[in-house]
Amino acid sequence: MTVSADVMKKLYGDMQLVRHFEGRLVDLVKQGLAPGSVHLGLGQEACMAGTCIHLSDEDTIGATHREHGVLLCRGVDPGRTMAEIFGRANGLCKGKGGSMHTCDLSKGCLGNNAILGIGQSIINGYTFANKVRKNGKVGVTMYGDGASNRGDIHEGMNFAAIWKLPTIFILQDNQYAMSTHISKSRSMSDETKRAEAYGIPAKRVDGNDVLAVMEAVGEAVERGRKGEGPSFIQLDTYRWRGHFEGDPNTYRTKAEIKDWMEHNDPIKRFEKVLLEQKVMTEAEMQAVSEEKKGIVDAAQKFAEGSEPSGAKEMYSDVYYHYEGSDK
Amino acid sequence: MREITMAAAIREALREEMRKDNEIYLLGEDIGAYGGAMGVTGDLFKEFPERVLDTPISECGIMGIAIGGAYSGMKMVPEIMYADFLSVCFDYLLNQVSKNRYMTGMQEGGKDACMVLRTPTGTGLRAAAQHSQCMEQFLIPIPGLKIVAPSTPYDAKGLLKAALRGNDPVVFLEHKMLYYTPGPVPEEDYIIPLGQADVKREGTDVTVIASQQMVNRSLAAAETLAKEGIQIEVVDPRCFNPLDMDTILKSVHKTKRVVLVNEASGTGNAVNEIYVRIMDEAFNELKAAPVKVCGPDTPIPFAPQLEDMWTRDENDIIEGIRKALK
Repeated sequence: MTVSADVMKKLYGDMQLVRHFEGRLVDLVKQGLAPGSVHLGLGQEACMAGTCIHLSDEDTIGATHREHGVLLCRGVDPGRTMAEIFGRANGLCKGKGGSMHTCDLSKGCLGNNAILGIGQSIINGYTFANKVRKNGKVGVTMYGDGASNRGDIHEGMNFAAIWKLPTIFILQDNQYAMSTHISKSRSMSDETKRAEAYGIPAKRVDGNDVLAVMEAVGEAVERGRKGEGPSFIQLDTYRWRGHFEGDPNTYRTKAEIKDWMEHNDPIKRFEKVLLEQKVMTEAEMQAVSEEKKGIVDAAQKFAEGSEPSGAKEMYSDVYYHYEGSDK
Repeated sequence: MREITMAAAIREALREEMRKDNEIYLLGEDIGAYGGAMGVTGDLFKEFPERVLDTPISECGIMGIAIGGAYSGMKMVPEIMYADFLSVCFDYLLNQVSKNRYMTGMQEGGKDACMVLRTPTGTGLRAAAQHSQCMEQFLIPIPGLKIVAPSTPYDAKGLLKAALRGNDPVVFLEHKMLYYTPGPVPEEDYIIPLGQADVKREGTDVTVIASQQMVNRSLAAAETLAKEGIQIEVVDPRCFNPLDMDTILKSVHKTKRVVLVNEASGTGNAVNEIYVRIMDEAFNELKAAPVKVCGPDTPIPFAPQLEDMWTRDENDIIEGIRKALK
């Protein structure tokens, strides 16, 4: 696979934006500005950037609860994303979704479904629409190793296979479902066998190698656009932070986390490639990092200056039409 | 006026709307060539082979496609073979289709949610505890979900058409024992907006609020009591959400006595909510406490004599009315 310099720069910029945005959230949670549970995808940036690079606004992507990065890679406004995480009225969902459900449907970003496994079933409705409308659009559903044992995913995979839907199942296997390691939740580490059992072409790649992710997802997207049915991709990766901000991380060692952060950082790995292939210089990469930090500064400022949502937001958007007496 | 069964009326509503709107899709177990477990979809498959879709036995998978399709702007009509099976895919009603528009803040591209779930409900088929339940009491507390429960072929057709022309998720409960009872249905197009109760019989002494097959039984009770000079008003809410309290209260203001009839078990019954709202709005006018006539708090038994004993009949309703008249 040959990848143009522009595309490589875009991937790098996306990963840096996610790194800065989520890194900032670590501090904002501590300051009490981001309420509720905030789940960060630090360390998994390559999975998000390498997937989103293939999608248009008419495609659909539903992500995991570590989803801020998917939105940012899809070009969703960082300020309104941050405002939603803060629970503000001009947040993407008027403060009714929050960190876990932030979404931008105009960009095809569905947000996360908090009931694990269900998103992998509902995505088939979008791809069913794509199929019957013959529009060449695809639907991507990302989920984790925790969700992968839910029954809805298996009904969803079977449906996608028998109806040849352009659904792309992407398992971000970060090894821990909250605290439970995959060794306790499934009998084999290779999940491609599950997808293959439904007749779905499946691939397993290094999820911290953004170019490998991009290549695998690219093949799957092409298959979907051509009407050749669903695909499955397992991305092996690792989350740096706890399940949520505040998780004491009692189920794994500091040494294990440190090892992944120091030796398998997807951004550092990609920087090496960019330097080797002379796509970017160290100075250029530093400039990108500064630029993305500035975007996050502006997003935070926007969110902090936004009005909290109130009764108007609470009582709206339940029904499209509501006849009869008020409840 | 011509008479057709409720099954035929539902099929006709689907056929007419599908001819007008080529983005209406039906999906469910055995609804194609077989014609549906209850024979409701019938021959629709012949006219719309690409839009009447047989599925595997995967209620969650069916609901996933129905909901995602509805979010995509299509009109999706999943059939769940028995209402009892809603438990299997309950999350799609409780946490998904009813909440999506709210959780996403009614964004452009997130307003559509026309999923009209059809499902057969109720006792009468000697099908035992897992194929006989009325499920509305599990559904009405869910904000964002509309619940329709017709008692006549006319109501079924008009309400289903309204649901298909709307944009909200609807659970359409079809009583098995009403499917094959004929009733007048005009040939011309009409709709019945969701959220309008119907006074099925006018009277002055007691208001009986009943749904589905309990409407017919209440009308029979009213007929019997009329011979004694007792005039019963029978109000069919037709929708549990939106609930037309105006029509219900108008009747209660007139009669000042209420009997609430529903087939399901009494604890947590759907009529409890109506009971509370009547007490809120009309407590001072009532001449007696409202009376509930609901099923026993047991699972539904199989044996015909037991199932018939379990399901409230005309005599049970008469007994309830006499209590309300004391």
